Amino acid sequence: MTTTTKNFTVNKDTANKKITVIRDFDAPVESVWRAWTEKELLDQWWAPKPYKTNTKSLDFREGGHWMYAMVGPDGEKSWVMVNFFKIDVNKLFTAEDFFCDDKGERSNELPGMNWKNVFTRSGAGTKVTVELTFKSEEDLKRILELGFEPGFTAALGNLDELLEKF
Amino acid sequence: MKRDVFQAIADPTRRAILTLIAIQAMTPNALAEHFDMTRQAVSKHIQVLRESELIKQKQEGREIYYLMQPKKLKEVDRWLETFRNLWEERFNNLDQLLKKIKK
Repeated sequence: MTTTTKNFTVNKDTANKKITVIRDFDAPVESVWRAWTEKELLDQWWAPKPYKTNTKSLDFREGGHWMYAMVGPDGEKSWVMVNFFKIDVNKLFTAEDFFCDDKGERSNELPGMNWKNVFTRSGAGTKVTVELTFKSEEDLKRILELGFEPGFTAALGNLDELLEKF
Repeated sequence: MKRDVFQAIADPTRRAILTLIAIQAMTPNALAEHFDMTRQAVSKHIQVLRESELIKQKQEGREIYYLMQPKKLKEVDRWLETFRNLWEERFNNLDQLLKKIKK
């Protein structure tokens, strides 16, 4: 299933437990790369309103990690850990993310996923392809039940409606 | 037993079954004719689809028909829509930021 507006595509491949998000940006690849890899910049765009991203630490290198909190309007926090695997500057990076506690200990209550983010020049701008792979169908199911990431769905006002169905 | 919708639609044969009965209700025999596998194998797939509540059965005289339950499939759409909204908003934020850092 594919949905498209202007230059934004979300493609779901359930058979391969994969979701691909593609988006064009009107900025050079170096700027887009910085926005994805520097904490001062990430904190400014990663969370949808009214949430805020609050980075505790970001060590952007192969084997490094990014630990951040999604902070809700009432100050409630959901901690997320991102482990970086492969990094090819201005081209791609791969990572995994999962929910954790405030010490960075993995929380097994919520499933994580694998990321492959590819950055390519597209005219004067940049095309970003985000490939999200879930570890199992069970994970996809749990994500469905819990909302994609706590707070995000609530922020979008859809979670209550979604939960009514279960 | 209730089964996961995502698991149910992950299989290509089951997706084909859904496509067939989306057009019209079908008997198990009519369905099986469309597939190059044993009736038993087709019937196992039907079972998974029933358990996930993607299809339901209706008795008409001596025949059983399978019908699509579109409401269940909408759950998948709804989830994707939520996911899409998240990324759309996130990327709109990024557009704003990129304008700033470009100077």
